Amino acid sequence: MKQTTERLKAKYRYSTILLKELVKTDFKLRYQGSFLGYIWSLLKPLFMFGILYLVFGVVFNAGATIPHYPAYLLLGILLWNYFTEVTNNGVTAIVGKGELMRKLNFPKYVIVLAGSASALINLLINFAVLAIFLAIGGVDLHWSALLLPLTLLQLFIFSLGVAFLLSALYVRFRDIGYIWEILMQAAFYFTPILYPITLVMERSHDVAKLMMLNPAAQIIQDSRYLLVTHEAMTFENIFGSGWFRLIPVAVTILFAVMAAWYFRRQSPRFAEDI
Amino acid sequence: MNDVAIKIDGVYKDFKLPHQKVNSIKSIFTGIHKQKSKSFEVQHALKDISFEVKRGEFFGIVGRNGSGKSTLLKIIAEIYQPSKGKVQRSGRLVPFIELGVGFNPELTGRENVYLNGALFGFGKNEIEEQYDDIVSFAELGQFMDQKLKNYSSGMQVRLAFSVATRAKADILLIDEVLAVGDADFQRKCFNYFKSLKNSETTVVFVSHDMDAVREYCDRAVLIDKSEIVDVGDTDKIAQKYTRLFTNDSLESTAGDTATRWGRGTLKTEDISVKSDGDEVSIRQTVTAKQTTENPIIGIRIRSVSGDSVTGTNTKIEGKKIAVVKDGESIELTWKLPNIFADGDYYVDPAILGSNGIDVLDWWDEASRFSINKERQLPYIVDPDFVVEIK
Repeated sequence: MKQTTERLKAKYRYSTILLKELVKTDFKLRYQGSFLGYIWSLLKPLFMFGILYLVFGVVFNAGATIPHYPAYLLLGILLWNYFTEVTNNGVTAIVGKGELMRKLNFPKYVIVLAGSASALINLLINFAVLAIFLAIGGVDLHWSALLLPLTLLQLFIFSLGVAFLLSALYVRFRDIGYIWEILMQAAFYFTPILYPITLVMERSHDVAKLMMLNPAAQIIQDSRYLLVTHEAMTFENIFGSGWFRLIPVAVTILFAVMAAWYFRRQSPRFAEDI
Repeated sequence: MNDVAIKIDGVYKDFKLPHQKVNSIKSIFTGIHKQKSKSFEVQHALKDISFEVKRGEFFGIVGRNGSGKSTLLKIIAEIYQPSKGKVQRSGRLVPFIELGVGFNPELTGRENVYLNGALFGFGKNEIEEQYDDIVSFAELGQFMDQKLKNYSSGMQVRLAFSVATRAKADILLIDEVLAVGDADFQRKCFNYFKSLKNSETTVVFVSHDMDAVREYCDRAVLIDKSEIVDVGDTDKIAQKYTRLFTNDSLESTAGDTATRWGRGTLKTEDISVKSDGDEVSIRQTVTAKQTTENPIIGIRIRSVSGDSVTGTNTKIEGKKIAVVKDGESIELTWKLPNIFADGDYYVDPAILGSNGIDVLDWWDEASRFSINKERQLPYIVDPDFVVEIK
């Protein structure tokens, strides 16, 4: 056992060193030259929350039926922002490092992984703000909150899979950048972030089912269920319990494996294709 | 097999050069019919390359621009994949295609050392241990906390080189990095290369600087037009390399107008070179198509690989030509001691107007001559050296 870990360590030593240094560099460069610096990574989602809360929470009263709507909304925004950040970064990750790839051979997946790791750190920092929201809102934390890391892990894997696929595709087809931008805009509204999914269920149960097939939607709902309120609709509530529960996890893993396979197959040619 | 560091076996590399790069989804659909009618050109960058580099050897890859030598280096470095064939490497390989890979101008010198070091496989602790040495070798002590964008290019190169020399590798690939930097820096490079020669490191060195290749390399491969011309002893390869230029220029001089330009009011009609053991004399006939006053007539002598050896003109020599009337000819004879090394040389005669700016007739490679000497020097001049030992 010890031998295997040693061997793994040696094999991934270079990747680990590179990953650490890339994440560090990313953080150093991200808010360089701005007055408020890292605080922006907290302010950005807060402002987005403020605007959306004002429009949908206050004006349209979308969260009337949801207990702790502010915390509920913020959690949704934070998770969605994470997904957006990782995938948007994924699109240009490989092409952006083209110069480097023409000078040196290194494991290409590290670039995509680094982008996703620094977004994860950002997400965790933002969870501090969420904690304040939970406290102010008087949310009683349930034991189920301990399961939250599992949904975050699923989010991490799913986002990374999408990022791998996009980054490899973008090398060949630059249209991906525009397509993904539009797709994400549509997906923001097709995912129950602002409004409760019960609103959709009232109109059409099938549409609600379709929406929940999107792992991002399922992850957001699960996280809300675990952390904020057990009234949040989860995949099980909509599809019924049983083996259905495994669909999102299976979809996530299958997708990530396929994306990784495609990325791995394409990566030796990145340097000359860019 | 154990004493072979790199084995290259039948490597081919083709680049598909699309006439218009297929990089949008629309063009996949609309371009299907065109794809069949060959919408790209295949460029054969390398054809059937095979050779071995032995462990601990200093090996040169030589060739002209566009010969495929850099592509080969990138294939050895696993940056490009060969279209066909195999490359085997034994040991850890570090390429220096460029100095300062991954340098970011927005980061400080210190941060860049860590980033650059990580790309060479150094962890944080390993860099920390060597940090002081790196800084003092680069002579950048007080600048390390400044952003790289405020460095001069010389400082950047020094820092990059300082990190690069730390790289622990069994095989080093070096692509003409010696071509940068001032004399002081070149000396440092030289010392570094010497230290490598004493170590077990295998070095593959790509260059078109034959002096450097002769200086450092034990063996070399000459690549021309994507194929291997020869592999072997450095001196033999250097000679063949020089011959490439000779052969090609013979083909190109006929009818090549790009090598001659100017107004043509006063032209070099004929030029011939005679050389005996001690003296070279160049006879130049100049004819006027228009009456020209105070022209400046000169010659330049170049080696076949393009280096200027020497040259002069009537102004420098303090000879004045008052006027050449329309239709008249004058004859000039240039004499100089035979300082040339064994090899071939070009004479480029040039005629300028009285202001020394207007080009009346410039004729590159108008004549070519050979110097045959017993001794072979890898340099362009061979004055009679005298060495005294006491």
